[in-house]
Amino acid sequence: MKDTTHSPADLVREDSEGPEVDRVVVGVEDAPPSSDAHADEHPDDGVYVKVAAILAAVTAVEVGLYYTDLSGIQLVALLMGLAVIKFGMVVAYFMHLRFDARLLRRLFVTGVVLAGFVFSIALFTMDILLR
Amino acid sequence: MQASATVTSVAVGTPGEHDFAATGIDSRKLGMWAFLASECLFFGALISSYLLYRTKGEEGTRPHDLYDIPYTSVSSFVLLMSSLTMVLALSAIKRHDHYRMRVWLLATALLGMVFVGGQVYEFTVFNHEGMHLSSSPASSSFFVLTGFHGMHVTGGIFWLLSLVGLSLRGHVPSERHLDVEMAGLYWHFVDVVWIVIFTIVYLVPM
Repeated sequence: MKDTTHSPADLVREDSEGPEVDRVVVGVEDAPPSSDAHADEHPDDGVYVKVAAILAAVTAVEVGLYYTDLSGIQLVALLMGLAVIKFGMVVAYFMHLRFDARLLRRLFVTGVVLAGFVFSIALFTMDILLR
Repeated sequence: MQASATVTSVAVGTPGEHDFAATGIDSRKLGMWAFLASECLFFGALISSYLLYRTKGEEGTRPHDLYDIPYTSVSSFVLLMSSLTMVLALSAIKRHDHYRMRVWLLATALLGMVFVGGQVYEFTVFNHEGMHLSSSPASSSFFVLTGFHGMHVTGGIFWLLSLVGLSLRGHVPSERHLDVEMAGLYWHFVDVVWIVIFTIVYLVPM
């Protein structure tokens, strides 16, 4: 763990170094200096159109699967897998989480994982109770 | 004295055009992501309720008996494509192309209206078929889940239209592209929630 305690004199020295200051003070080494710093890393419009085409194709496959003779568990596994792919693509590319600060990624993933964990347990226990 | 003043400004961040948190990320963006993370739990609760109650009710009062998958698939496609138009709006303002930004924002709002209109039509059909909010635990959980999602989409439409209005008055200059990005984050989140709802609620068999 990096020592994040600084004397006022240290802070004055760090202040002269520009955007690095905030990161040093709070100990968030991987935070970008601003939300604009990585704006140029965003993909161009062609990439967005390709992602949308893939999302449309995956949706078509999902609907096609609905009309197949696949049995319950296989169908559920395939549908959930495709939904996860679509979810990930929208979040990564359209919401730019792939190109944004790691902190934002961690924040959102925490929400998704927490929701999945809490409600999986709730569903499991409540399903037994409601039977 | 100078050292003391510097400490204060470093510790709390410098107020101004951008409102950066101590993390170096704009606090509005950080707040939006925290809000979206909390929304995962909100919709997770509603989806779980639906999964628990979807079989509870007499035949004809459960949504699974009345689904029109081809119709809902088109609605889902429309909402997916609205995410594309949204991200193109953000891309346009970053290129300082305000005209195209407004066009894409309007297209996104229009696609959102088509989706919400489709949902209203679906609810009306279900109502005529005898499935109401209080018909069964299954119908209640279905209407509450999809209704809340529809309300989120409606809120997003108002947000997009207000951005278009503000842009026309010159209140959304290129350097304020974060205003568009925030609306986009919200809109895409509503889209990913629908991706989950469409799969779990409509496509996964009973």
